[in-house]
Amino acid sequence: MKTPTELRYAESHEWAAPDGGSATVGITDFAQDQLGDVVFVELPDVGRRVAKGEQMAVIESVKTASDIYAPVSGVIEAVNDALDARPELINSDPYGDGWLVRIGLADASELAGLLDAAAYTASASEEH
Amino acid sequence: MRYIPHTREDVERALAKVGAPSIDALFADLPQALQDPDIQVPTGMDEAGLLAHLRALAAKNRPEGPNFLGGGARRHFTPSVTAHLAMQSEFVTAYTPYQPEVAQGILQATFEYQTIMSELTGLPVSNASMYDGASAVAEGVLLAMRQTGRDRVLVSRGVHPETRAVIATYLAALDLELELLDLDPYTTPTPGVTDDVACVVAQQPNYLGYVEDMPALTGAAHASGALLVAAVDPLSLAVLAPPGEYGADIAAGDGQTLGNPLNFGGPAFGFMVVGEELIRQFPGRLVGETVDVDGKRAFVLTLQAREQHIRRSKAKSNICSNHQLTAIMAAINVAALGPAGLRDLAVGSVANAHKLADALTAAGFAPRVEARFFNEFVLSVGQPPAKLRSALARSGVHAGVAAPAEYGFGDAIILSATESTSAADIAALVTALVACGEGRALEVRNA
Amino acid sequence: MPEWSQAHAQLPLIFERSRAGRRASQPPAPEQADLSALLGAENLRQAPPRLPEVSELDLVRHYTQLAHRQMSIDANIYPLGSCTMKYNPKVNEEAAKLFQDLHPYQAEETVQGALQLLFELQGDLATITGMDAVSLQPAAGAHGELAGILMIRAYHRARGEGEQRRIVLVPDGAHGTNPATAAMAGYAVVEVPTGPDGEVDLAALKARLTPEVAAVMLTNPNTLGLFERRIVEIAAAAHAVGAQLYYDGANLNAIVGRARPGDMGFDVVHLNLHKTFTTPHGGGGPGTGPVGVKAHLREFLPVPVVAKDGERYYLDEDVPNTIGRMRSFYGNFGNLVRAYTYIRALGREGLREVSGYAVLNANYLRMRFKELGFTVPFDRVNMHEFVAQPPAGLRTLDIAKAQLDHGMHPATVYFPLIVKEALMVEPTETESLESLDAYVETLAEILERAAADPAYLRGAPYSTPVRRLDEVRAARQPVLRYAFEG
Repeated sequence: MKTPTELRYAESHEWAAPDGGSATVGITDFAQDQLGDVVFVELPDVGRRVAKGEQMAVIESVKTASDIYAPVSGVIEAVNDALDARPELINSDPYGDGWLVRIGLADASELAGLLDAAAYTASASEEH
Repeated sequence: MRYIPHTREDVERALAKVGAPSIDALFADLPQALQDPDIQVPTGMDEAGLLAHLRALAAKNRPEGPNFLGGGARRHFTPSVTAHLAMQSEFVTAYTPYQPEVAQGILQATFEYQTIMSELTGLPVSNASMYDGASAVAEGVLLAMRQTGRDRVLVSRGVHPETRAVIATYLAALDLELELLDLDPYTTPTPGVTDDVACVVAQQPNYLGYVEDMPALTGAAHASGALLVAAVDPLSLAVLAPPGEYGADIAAGDGQTLGNPLNFGGPAFGFMVVGEELIRQFPGRLVGETVDVDGKRAFVLTLQAREQHIRRSKAKSNICSNHQLTAIMAAINVAALGPAGLRDLAVGSVANAHKLADALTAAGFAPRVEARFFNEFVLSVGQPPAKLRSALARSGVHAGVAAPAEYGFGDAIILSATESTSAADIAALVTALVACGEGRALEVRNA
Repeated sequence: MPEWSQAHAQLPLIFERSRAGRRASQPPAPEQADLSALLGAENLRQAPPRLPEVSELDLVRHYTQLAHRQMSIDANIYPLGSCTMKYNPKVNEEAAKLFQDLHPYQAEETVQGALQLLFELQGDLATITGMDAVSLQPAAGAHGELAGILMIRAYHRARGEGEQRRIVLVPDGAHGTNPATAAMAGYAVVEVPTGPDGEVDLAALKARLTPEVAAVMLTNPNTLGLFERRIVEIAAAAHAVGAQLYYDGANLNAIVGRARPGDMGFDVVHLNLHKTFTTPHGGGGPGTGPVGVKAHLREFLPVPVVAKDGERYYLDEDVPNTIGRMRSFYGNFGNLVRAYTYIRALGREGLREVSGYAVLNANYLRMRFKELGFTVPFDRVNMHEFVAQPPAGLRTLDIAKAQLDHGMHPATVYFPLIVKEALMVEPTETESLESLDAYVETLAEILERAAADPAYLRGAPYSTPVRRLDEVRAARQPVLRYAFEG
């Protein structure tokens, strides 16, 4: 299970990559492995305002559907349209081409409240 | 012990394995006060006695005789082969096909059903079936609301009153009410649709039997971004323009006319067919094609993440059981009739309904034929419909259904014909109408 | 395996068998009609539907071969938990045919026998469940749930508490229809955890029981096959805060004839006639989901109900505060005839035997599963079903697929969600001990072979008409209808 050290994590298995006033968000390698083959992704509308912890997307595999929560508050600036045609990118490249959304940060200090890679790994292994 | 195979030795062996002294002891978790209530069901009957009892009940019914009843269920010709094939044990006593490797029978038959419904309605995606026509249309309304994010629903008064009632029940659950579009007086005038409307619902042919201007209704809905839900009789689509041709977004209705027995109203099946853009909001089971590990074509329930067993409180609907067997029966029936046979039934129904209207006119009655009708039309009568229906029933004729007062036709019935309506049936109806006083009333009216 | 040996070839679709001009039947020839004149040319269909054109023998072969690719109760043991796949008696089918030509809108005096049957069935189901009134209208279990929750909603509103009560409580082990139904009726769903004994955690339930709760939905016995022993206390706690108690009748086969939801304190109950009362499952339906209520909810029943006035039976639309109609006509009448036939065949003594033998069979099978090395997470005397987990290192899915090779249907798998790798087994009362023994012996063979050759399990099934399917492909690129050429 890959857990890049440069990213921040939520216990609900999302990652956030800060980049200036925004953060790119996706789900972790652990999460995609638990879900299995992703078959469909329902993403929020660009422009929607989300609060930290609010459900913002749904990822479907054949036999499950998982709610995805915003790890930080802000406005959806962009969504990964490539997932419409190729939802499997979440499985093959969860930290890269399988990203979900970019959120314009409402409060950059929220990032500090997220887990680092070591803390997330510990949290995820407990669940497993 | 009816249907229970256990011998006394079996019971002893099973109890020994379980370590219980008796069957009753297995129920020790049930509070004593709750056990063995006084259930008021008669003592069991042997098979001969049981069938005699049921035959005696059936003898109190009178299904036979000329039949002009429609209203969403009709007695069409059905080839004998249909029921024989549909009622095979393997179909009848199977469960939902959750283990596709041993359920290719139900799955392929359902895939074929979906294709047939798609062809008939002219829309690409059919689900595996719903409960009945009324609840299917109601689910179509909910689907339109999810898709548009709007919550006003305009429903033509030409939609079957029971369908409208079910839509009202489903909307009331969300604290919403449907808004009615009145007829003028036979069909629905093109309504004004504002951009807070989720959908316009219209029925083709409408409840009274008349042909609606569906392209105009669809255009009015689409102009404001609303969807058009077409409640249709699938048999009529052998002749009438299908919803896909006039741009409807959702086609729904009851499939009884495709060769299900009348069954005093159920079970037949509901169907729903939609455009591809609605798939993710679609309720109900869907069968899709795929391959197995050896590359062989195979069929499987798919897109299940929409459904209650996975999505639970966020499912698109709570529907679980559908009406698979009766839907497969319809697919078999359509295949038995073929395109020519299905068309024969539709054309025969239209032709006989017009013959019936002509015969009534010739006999001095005044059927409402000013507007185009398919296989049903309104006949004004000179007495309350309930009284007339009883009087005709005594003559052995099942007259039409009562036209509800909301349509403003006064005392009136809706008469229906099928391909099987004979000249003798029509003569019997005319004679019976005259005999129960309708003839005299009309002579007075026409004088 | 032999039962599938003829079913291996790929079967064409009915559309692929089609040849222009073939017909399988001869309907009455219609009179010539000028459709453009009668209906308006603009209202006529432009492109004809592409429907199958086959001979009658082609048609018979096609659907007979499809039937041979289908497991069924009539051919195979089918112990799906929570589904009650018991034998469907043939006399029920004969009974249903006696009534199949009745039109729903015939004059009342021409359908007195049908109405009498419905009236008597309402009474039978009321006394079996301990309820005061029954509607036969809902078309399936989930449809009955919706009717029941809508009645509860109407009741709270009539008391001026509609706004206040926004929550429906469901156990975490509940069938998916429970939360889906509550959501469809506009309620927020709050889960109640299962306690260490496999029953509803009473303290957690009480903590969630506030004046905001409209209803508690329960299955009893629950989805672990365990009877909720504190049901009377649960009912009292729910009623103390003004909530209504809803009985999901999916598991009634465990207690039918021996105990009644009404006596336990339930206010509303739905039944699955296709489970407890032997109407066929039909490959997924039609089911039938009558709903029963206590007297205080009678005024909200869906219309129509069947009533009796002297010797006359009639459809009563006059229910004062009805929730309205749930569907057209009067319910799945054909199935109501089948269920009535079953109830009257068994009588009260026979119904009591149903639950007795269903529970005996399930407990026998639980003991035998344990002998094979399965774990039963809440191991005590169960009711009509039990939940087990496979021996260490084995996956439930693999075992299930291996069973298919032997002509045996697996249990319900991966449900309830609260037990990992769950198998939920419900043998029903109509299976013989030899049949259960054969099921267990086959499982033993599968486990033995898996121990020697782990890859074998992952590849099963081998002999079924098709093998494991690519479900990911089916979901990623949905093909939901036949693609005609050209």
